[in-house]
This record gives sequence, C-alpha cells and structure tokens, in this order.
Amino acid sequence: MPETILELKDLQTHFPITKGVLLRRTVGTVKAVDGVNLKVTQGEVLGLVGESGCGKSTLARTVMQLVPTTGGSVTLEGKNLTTSSGGEILDLRQDLQMVFQDPYASLNPRMTVFATLAEPLLVHKVCSSKDVAQHVADLMETVGLASRFMQKYPHEFSGGQRQRIAIARALALRPKVVLADEPVSALDVSIQAQILNLLAELVRKMGLSLIFIAHDLSVVKHISDRIAVMYLGKIVELGEAEAIIDNPLHPYTRALVSAIPTPNPDEERNRQRIVLPGDPPSPINPPSGCTFHPRCPYATDACKTTVPQLEDFQQREVSCIRKAEI
Amino acid sequence: MSLLSVQDLRTYFHTRNGVYRAVDGVSFDLDRGETLGIVGESGSGKSVTCYSLMGLIPQPPGRIESGKAIFDGIDLLNCTPAQARSIRGKRISMIFQDPMTSLNPYMRISDQLIEPLMIHEDITKEDALKRALEMLDAVGINDASSRIHYYPHEFSGGMRQRVMIAMALITKPELLIADEPTTALDVTVQAQILELIQKMQEEIGMGVIFITHDLGVVSGLCDRVQVMYAGRIAETSDTRTLFYKPKHPYTRALQKSIPSMQPKGAELYTIQGLPPDLSKPLPGCSFAPRCEFATDLCTAGSLPELKPVAEGHLQTCLRVQAGEL
Repeated sequence: MPETILELKDLQTHFPITKGVLLRRTVGTVKAVDGVNLKVTQGEVLGLVGESGCGKSTLARTVMQLVPTTGGSVTLEGKNLTTSSGGEILDLRQDLQMVFQDPYASLNPRMTVFATLAEPLLVHKVCSSKDVAQHVADLMETVGLASRFMQKYPHEFSGGQRQRIAIARALALRPKVVLADEPVSALDVSIQAQILNLLAELVRKMGLSLIFIAHDLSVVKHISDRIAVMYLGKIVELGEAEAIIDNPLHPYTRALVSAIPTPNPDEERNRQRIVLPGDPPSPINPPSGCTFHPRCPYATDACKTTVPQLEDFQQREVSCIRKAEI
Repeated sequence: MSLLSVQDLRTYFHTRNGVYRAVDGVSFDLDRGETLGIVGESGSGKSVTCYSLMGLIPQPPGRIESGKAIFDGIDLLNCTPAQARSIRGKRISMIFQDPMTSLNPYMRISDQLIEPLMIHEDITKEDALKRALEMLDAVGINDASSRIHYYPHEFSGGMRQRVMIAMALITKPELLIADEPTTALDVTVQAQILELIQKMQEEIGMGVIFITHDLGVVSGLCDRVQVMYAGRIAETSDTRTLFYKPKHPYTRALQKSIPSMQPKGAELYTIQGLPPDLSKPLPGCSFAPRCEFATDLCTAGSLPELKPVAEGHLQTCLRVQAGEL
C-alpha cells in the first residue's frame, strides 16, 4: 500500500456574503467546499469532476492555500498547511504546485519563458544563478519544448505550447503533488491528446501525485486511477475510475455519465439518456437534506430531510441514502 | 431542390500581416429538415463559413472573395440589403456560442424576444408577447409568465441559452445555424439543450447547421457531417460512415485522439505539429505537413479536390483517391 501523501480532513471553504458599504454585515455564506475528506497516495492520479460552480476549483485553491480555509485541515506529508505560517507555506510550495486552466492568462505576458521558469528555481535556491540556464533548458526538454525558444514571450507560442510552459513551471521544483485545474479544457482535441500524454508520462517518470480537475468525464477516466465526483461542495461518489464511469452508483454520477455524448452514432442514438431537470442549485441557499434531491429522479421524502454521508458501498464511497435500493 | 446551396465560398481577411484565407473554397448543400454538422479545430473556418452566410463578417478586414449561397433562389452573398434583412432573423436564424455575451444586458428578455416578430411580422405588441410566452414555455422555462420581464443577468447559463433558442425560433425559421451552442455549458445542461434543439427541429421541420468541435455531440444529432481543416472541407459523408469508415487521414487522426474511444491508460494518438498559418500559401494538401501518410506528391501537386469514394461520401486525400490507403 503506497503511503498517503496529501490528506484533506473535513475541509471547508466558506465565503461570507456581505452587504452595506459603511456598516458591513454578513448576510449569508457560500459553502463552496463543505466537508471534503480525501486521501491522495504517492504516484496516484485522482480525477475530480463536477459541474461548474460545484467547488472543484475552490477545493484546489484551498489545498494550495490560495484562499483561506474556514475549517478542517490539509496535511501534506504530516505537516498541516492550514496552521502553517506564511514562511512555512512558502517552503511547502516546493512540494505542492498547480497548473491553471487558461494558459493565455496564467503566464505573465511580459516575462520570457526563461524568466518564468527561472523564477521558482531562484526563489527557492534550487540552483545557483550560474546553472539556471541549464536547469531551464532541461525543464523545457522534459515537457517537449525546444530549449532554443527560451528567450521568447508567451504570445509567441500556441495554446498547447503555453500549457507546456505552465506545466514546466509547476515541475520546476520537483514537487510531490501537482494540482491541475482543467489543464486541457481550453485546448483543441488534437492538442488535448498531446498534453494528456505528457501529464501521464510525467506522473509515471517522476512518481508525481496528480489531482486532475476537469468537467469532461472521458478525459478524466482516461488519465485517473480514482475519481471523486463533486456536487455543491461535497463529494458524492469516490472510487476506482473505471468502476465509476462504467457502473456509476450515485444518481448524480449516473446522470453525469449518461450526459456525455459518445462519438459513436449507433450507441448514441439508442441509449437511454437521463436528462436532469433544472440547473445546479445555488450554494448560497442549498436545498435541505441531500442537496441533489430537487433534480434526482429517485428522490423520496426522506431525501429532503436526511443529510447523506459518504459511506463505503461496493468497494467505493457513495453518499446516497437509497444507494442499496436503486 | 435543396434548402441551401453553398458553392465555392471564399472568405479572406486582409490584415496588416497578410491575407488570411479563413474559408477557401467551401461548397455544400443542405436539405429541408436535415441536420448538418460542421466539425473542426479552432481556426478551421467553421464559424467564418456560417458568419459569411449571415452577412456577419466585419468588412473590412474580411471580404467575401467569391462564391454563392443560394437560399430559396436568392443568393445570400449577392443580394440587396433589403433582401438580406427580410431573410435574416426570419427565415434563417442563428444561435451563438456564448449565451452570456450574446444577449443584450440592457434589454428585458421580453423585448429581445419580440424584436424579431415586431420587425418581420405585422403583429401587435400584445400578440407578440403572447407568442414569446408560448415560445419560452416550449423551450422549457418554468414560470415563463413572470420571468419574461427579467433581465438576462437574472438567468443562469443554460436558461440564457434557452432564451437564445426561443429568440431564434420565434419566427419559425427554415434554417437554424447553431455555432457551438453548448460549448460554454455543463454536460448535464448540454444534454438538455441538445434534446431541445432536436425537439424543436421535429416541430418546425427546419434545416440545422450545427457547428462544433466535439465529435461526440455530432454523432447523436447530425444526419451528415463535414470535417473542415484550414478553411477547406476535408471529408463529408453521412454520420455513420464518417464515424465507422472514415477515409481522410485527418478525420481518422481526430477520432484516434479522443480519449473515450481509446482503451484506458493507452497512449493517445497525437497529431504532430500545429494547424497551418493561413496567411501563407499552402501547396497541395494543407494537412500534408502533419500527415503520417504524406508523400512528396501530396505537397507538390495542386489543391486536392473533394472526390467521391462512395455514394455521398466525399474526401480530398489524394492517396485515398488513388486507392493506396
């Protein structure tokens, strides 16, 4: 059993909603992440899926300590990030890095590739300023970019190449855990395949743990060992990637899986699609009981009052009170 | 006779850095009630094709260099502005990609919905509002009578796209052009919107041109698909043939790079390199520099033409035409 490297315990990120200019008062909270428990082992790829607004990006930002935690803990190799000081977090960042969704926005347009990649190396004193050029060149080779492009600016690269630069930046410090927040959503299919292959190869070669966030289930299934499905700030199903996609148990996962259009005309025309009514509810005022009950085809009166817990069920974890019946 | 017949459409953009041949000789036909999917990567010219038909190309820098688009006997590319106005928004409607930016934030939904009716039909405002309400009901907006006077920001993304669809269909058009209508939406909402478009198509019997980069969406929705690459059509056929018996190397490569069609964990097939720079002349086949089957003949010759390999199945690859692949 590989050891756990990152652990989230009852993690909560609540944002206050304030009103008034002079007399600021809190009128409510957005429970963006609401009690998430997760363990990531060394060398594992964990896929995190859910609709927009379900809190998957906030979860990643909370783990990175880019937004303050309001409850629970994030433990990286035994060190609790939520109680660490700024200096300690700076040190821990060496082991924890992030790749953002939009490579057009996440790279500084006024910094060359060299400056972008050298910055973390120099800040964390990984190498002396003499060796920095060699390090940067190696990094660029690792992600499949020719090192002769070192002095170019981000606008001179295509989307896929920019995402490679962003990945190289995240890998510069040889982190143990990388969070990738929708790294391929902004890219075309053919480029998406290149980046997915690169990530899979890096995980294998460097023994990284990767948290891969996406809304495209087919992409997540391809790259992940395990998948966690989020709905309104909570994890509703967690288990082996193939099991979850091929045999989803939670009603929400079922709907999500059935909504993916497959590039196979005969299958696509004959299959029964579960079309969920309505939109995801607002996290400001979530429904009572199971937050999925207003859209759930299996909901009963009990679902409106009982808050389901994530429980072990058929080799995975599911949070649904009717999981055994449906 | 087909509803729309596009012949040799060429739309170029004249910029300071050169002439970008965004659409370079595209021809296709669309029958009444038929759904045509146009698939391609960004920059392949799929949106520009449809914008040209609707007269939405900013001129300058854009210019429609040649071509005809015959819609019911009228050439959309060479008709009087009055003719264009009488067709656009009435007989041909369009849905855009981003429902967040394509509705006017200053106008109530009701005013935006009845605008096409007030312009194109001799109708009183009350009657128009009644039609708008029916339409909102039809696209599945609950409690339409109170929500019709809302502003766009009071709706979610999926609801806004429903409003867009209601607006496009309120004049019962004969042709609907949908430019990536579900790309900005979540999968569960995408499923709702696709079902809605199909339902409305059955009711109104319109032809649909559906632009997308997602081959999955096309497979369930479209009767016929054409794959575009670098401003030209690379392959076109009925949906089943394109998915089960693709001929052109680009179509095959695209399918091989979709994760869901490959065994898990296997390395995905990647197309080497990048789409070509459309401002530079491309000798021969535009896909040749990235094609694993390319020979010297592919880059040496003139522009490859769309030729049939089977009934209704056309493609441009020279080596397929020669029977080598």
